[in-house]
Amino acid sequence: MRLTQGTFSFLPDLTDEQIRAQLEYCLQKGWAVSIEYTDDPHPRNTYWEMYGNPLFDLHDPAGIMKEIESCRRTFPNHYVRVNAFDATRGWESLRLSFIVNRPPHEPGFALTRQEGPGRQQRYAMRAYATDRPEGERYTVVEPRTRRGTTQ
Amino acid sequence: MQGQSERKERRTGAERYRAGVLKYAQMGYWAPDYVPADTDVLALFRITPQEGVEPEEAAAAVAGESSTATWTVVWTDRLTACERYRAKAYRVEPVPGSPGQYFAYIAYDLDLFEPGSIANLSASIIGNVFGFKPLKALRLEDMRLPAAYVKTFPGPPTGIVVERERLDKFGRPLLGATVKPKLGLSGRSYGRVVYEALRGGLDFTKDDENINSQPFMHWRDRFLFCMEAVNRAEAATGEVKGHYLNVTAATMEEMYERAEFAKELGSVIVMIDLVIGFTAIQSMSKWARRNDMLLHLHRAGHSTYTRQKNHGISFRVISKWMRLAGVDHLHAGTVVGKLEGDPNTVQGFYNVLREPHNPPDLQRGIFFEQDWAGLAGVMPVASGGIHAGQMHQLLHYLGEDTVLQFGGGTIGHPMGIAAGATANRVALEAMVLARNEGRDIWHEGPEILADAARTCAPLRAALDTWGEVTFDYTSTDTPDFVPTPTVA
Repeated sequence: MRLTQGTFSFLPDLTDEQIRAQLEYCLQKGWAVSIEYTDDPHPRNTYWEMYGNPLFDLHDPAGIMKEIESCRRTFPNHYVRVNAFDATRGWESLRLSFIVNRPPHEPGFALTRQEGPGRQQRYAMRAYATDRPEGERYTVVEPRTRRGTTQ
Repeated sequence: MQGQSERKERRTGAERYRAGVLKYAQMGYWAPDYVPADTDVLALFRITPQEGVEPEEAAAAVAGESSTATWTVVWTDRLTACERYRAKAYRVEPVPGSPGQYFAYIAYDLDLFEPGSIANLSASIIGNVFGFKPLKALRLEDMRLPAAYVKTFPGPPTGIVVERERLDKFGRPLLGATVKPKLGLSGRSYGRVVYEALRGGLDFTKDDENINSQPFMHWRDRFLFCMEAVNRAEAATGEVKGHYLNVTAATMEEMYERAEFAKELGSVIVMIDLVIGFTAIQSMSKWARRNDMLLHLHRAGHSTYTRQKNHGISFRVISKWMRLAGVDHLHAGTVVGKLEGDPNTVQGFYNVLREPHNPPDLQRGIFFEQDWAGLAGVMPVASGGIHAGQMHQLLHYLGEDTVLQFGGGTIGHPMGIAAGATANRVALEAMVLARNEGRDIWHEGPEILADAARTCAPLRAALDTWGEVTFDYTSTDTPDFVPTPTVA
């Protein structure tokens, strides 16, 4: 499967040039960019690990690109995302969040069920990768069967 | 016969309270010198007086009938601070380009309204007055709700920002689709549409306004099958998904029962229709806030009173009331789709729903400055006759904080429902990416879509099927204003 969280996951993986253009846009808007990584892609896992503090004082996309590259090198088999934070009154949250690195193989999620009364099901969703301990997930590189889910 | 000026002059003292009938202007409801207070509720009406009724008297009558007046003088006024409680028509001007119609500005003291009650506000402002004989027609165009009054409402239970945080979706409009055909599917078939559309790339699917509990599909069955579909689609994509479960029912008790069941099943959102009424909407808003649930409002029925320009209520007023009442989503027009919607007028609705502050903007039909005093924003929903080929226009007109709902444009896709959803999602992401890169999407939109379609067969098929479809009809509800370089 292909994890489709983030603003641009239905497009082919962004090139560095495309990422740079998005960073430029965020900086023009005055948003603070940050980099996060995880090997637990459950959609309700809000808190990915921070790759350092938000880059409040970087005003050049080149500096941010360096940080992204460094994060990718350190965690080549993790998901890495770039967030842009807008501190304006009334928003004070993310404006943009997109994936810039993903594991070579994405095994996807299991959906488990527990039978309840009246045909009700208790659903639980679990990433296959998280069956293994932190840091050892996504380490077996398998050939990707196809790129994207439906394209 | 009274002279014209005498008919408008306010009477005072014993003369004012002598038993009998006076003109509304003479009773004190016409007050051209009145300077509205910051805490006044202001209303702008479009009035069409009967032949021979002067506009000032008609405006005064509207002020009177929507506040303290009755048709004759009553001495019991004198037991109250009646000067204060009288609404005051303070300005009347001809509507540009519409002979016989006038804009009447009316100010209401804050004490006239119960805090936090749309029922009470509307009972005054649109109560008896709309059937008043001296007027041929009457329309409530806009209102200014003072911050002191706004603060008595809790507003949207979730709001745009928190909705995005809960769904983990930023930087692009959300995507939805209404299940079609809207009536007749069994629960099992209905859930199939939901599953396909969500796994294909939509964030939401939706019950239609008239899907409640019919012989072909009872509500519990619909809820169970839809939640199966939602959970399957979440596991297939790793994203949070939702289906607006319509809990509209005949009584509050039944609506609560349905909403509770939706919550038990783990739904992130429930839906109601405008026809349930303002009080029921406010009750469901409280319920949604208490239960961490998004609340979607379908504006079923509104066109009966919002569409014609000379009589009824503008949808911008309904938008303001619903933001106060507290809903998270509200259908507010598409501009380019199959339903009524002048671009400027629709943008006015969107601004009212989601901006922290609205400056006067006559071009978009906004007459008053409105400070929302920290009240969260409502996500406007664009639904009805839109397709992937219009993505650049939709993003241009409607911006980022909106839900774009492609019902037919998803389910009618030649390669299937999931492919229809994928086409919409790819078109959307490609357009946002291009906009952020600084490209001129208004002019380059078709080219951007064609490029994206090169790596996405479903988008190619969508563009081939609907690329040329437009709904180009003249709008009935358009702003009437004289363009001026600066807005007063």
